[in-house]
Amino acid sequence: MEYFSIVFQEVYKILFLLVPVLVSVAMIVWLDRRVWAFVQKRQGPNVVGPFGLLQSLADALKYIFKEIIIPSSSNKIIFILAPIVTMTLALIAWAVIPFSATQVLADINVGILYLFAVSSLGVYGIIMGGWASNSKYPFLGAIRSAAQMVSYEVSIGVIIINVLLCVGSLNLNDIVIAQQNMWFVIPLFPMFVIFFISALAETNRPPFDLPEAEAELVAGYQTEYSGMMYAMFWLGEYANILLMCAMGAILFLGGWMSPIDVYPFTLVPGAIWLILKILLLFILFALVKAIVPRYRYDQLMRLGWKVFLPLSLTWVVLTASYLFYFNLLPVN
Amino acid sequence: MIAHAIFFYTFSLIAVVSAIMVTASKNTVHSVFFLILDFISISCLFIMIGAEFLGMIMLIVYVGAVAVLFLFVVMMLNVAQQKNQWFSGQATSKHIPVGLIISTLIFFEIIIVIGGWKYKPEIFDINNSLAYTSVSNTHSLGQILYTDYIHVFQISGMILLVAMVGAIVLTFRQRSGVKKQSYIKQISRERAEGVEVLEVQSNKGVKIDD
Repeated sequence: MEYFSIVFQEVYKILFLLVPVLVSVAMIVWLDRRVWAFVQKRQGPNVVGPFGLLQSLADALKYIFKEIIIPSSSNKIIFILAPIVTMTLALIAWAVIPFSATQVLADINVGILYLFAVSSLGVYGIIMGGWASNSKYPFLGAIRSAAQMVSYEVSIGVIIINVLLCVGSLNLNDIVIAQQNMWFVIPLFPMFVIFFISALAETNRPPFDLPEAEAELVAGYQTEYSGMMYAMFWLGEYANILLMCAMGAILFLGGWMSPIDVYPFTLVPGAIWLILKILLLFILFALVKAIVPRYRYDQLMRLGWKVFLPLSLTWVVLTASYLFYFNLLPVN
Repeated sequence: MIAHAIFFYTFSLIAVVSAIMVTASKNTVHSVFFLILDFISISCLFIMIGAEFLGMIMLIVYVGAVAVLFLFVVMMLNVAQQKNQWFSGQATSKHIPVGLIISTLIFFEIIIVIGGWKYKPEIFDINNSLAYTSVSNTHSLGQILYTDYIHVFQISGMILLVAMVGAIVLTFRQRSGVKKQSYIKQISRERAEGVEVLEVQSNKGVKIDD
């Protein structure tokens, strides 16, 4: 009986985390379209609900009522599994995100590694979908995204090493607390820029949305998907974007920490600060989508391997030497 | 403890079954997917015994990078053709004896390792194992790897580097006659190099070669 009560408590906690995440994913799609529209001097979705806030819900309803078409020549099991994998991986990563010193579902020792692992698994949803569709455009999109995501993961990993050198722990709460005096965005600003651009590439956002480049590949790996399965891909993608924003906020912007450590600001709960920082990063993501043209594939690869990787590796050496020379290495 | 056992047997069952399916499934891409499932359940087992760092690194390196490249290559192969040649169970197949020899070797290696635990229990001293110390997994690994075993660690890194360089050298080919974008050239171009103003004489025209 005791065991069941523990399980029940955990399920309650998980629901309390996942339902807001899903709702905020719907809202963030709306925000994305609104920001995009404002940059282009349009109105964007503004009809359904106040300010068009319910637009995403209307879209989701539309997707639910549409027929799910499974191509007859596709590999059916993998075809159905692909959106589920994308969605699940995008959601399970939220387990380790700390919303305050105590509000975290799983405060594990290797939190940042877990985040990194889950985000690197995200490529499977895309590859599975692209391959199982048994069609040219999805396959091309999947191959592109596999290469792209693996390449940019490398530089994200090296950037994470930079932050870890300054923290001395893989725990996400420790990373946040280490930024008490100064957010890492200040000493590691170039790394923050590279992290931001790599996050764009990792989540297949414009200007790196080559896996789904609609001008060349129809809709890339999503071409054969319809109805709710398409919507799941779409939700998973936006949940991943939010996750990357959260990761950026935790690694560089001080996570749930208030920007100034003085009285009125410290009253605000940590979750609010984290959400504000995620929103700030997300609006940057949306702005980039509106103002930057798409990269060519060879340019993308060059940027990942020949620019970002050497730069971030050099920065690792720099950070390590600086910390070592001034005896600032976090040893415990 | 019961929950622990349930999870352990679930993960090990998945690991064993998917390991069998890697070799048994007809479709090569399916084999790779089963391999990935195997990796994931093995890393879950690692996490269960308290080796969380190893489990996560397994996920990142094997599942996140190596298996993606596997999949990448296997998807490019013509699966339908391969099915006929390799998997139709030909009696004259030369792969079977080689595979048998290798698997017997691995089997005896595992026997030796397990025998070591069984007959020399001091090798597996439970008080020294990572799970029972207060230091976190990552810290103790780092302390061992970068002090006692630094040379081995460096040598293994060098071997990997050599392998990488070797692979690049083997596949690298300089293609001639391909237009390639040179960023430095493109940025450092001046107007004077690109534009030339000519007086065009009537009925003569200008030569606009190269």
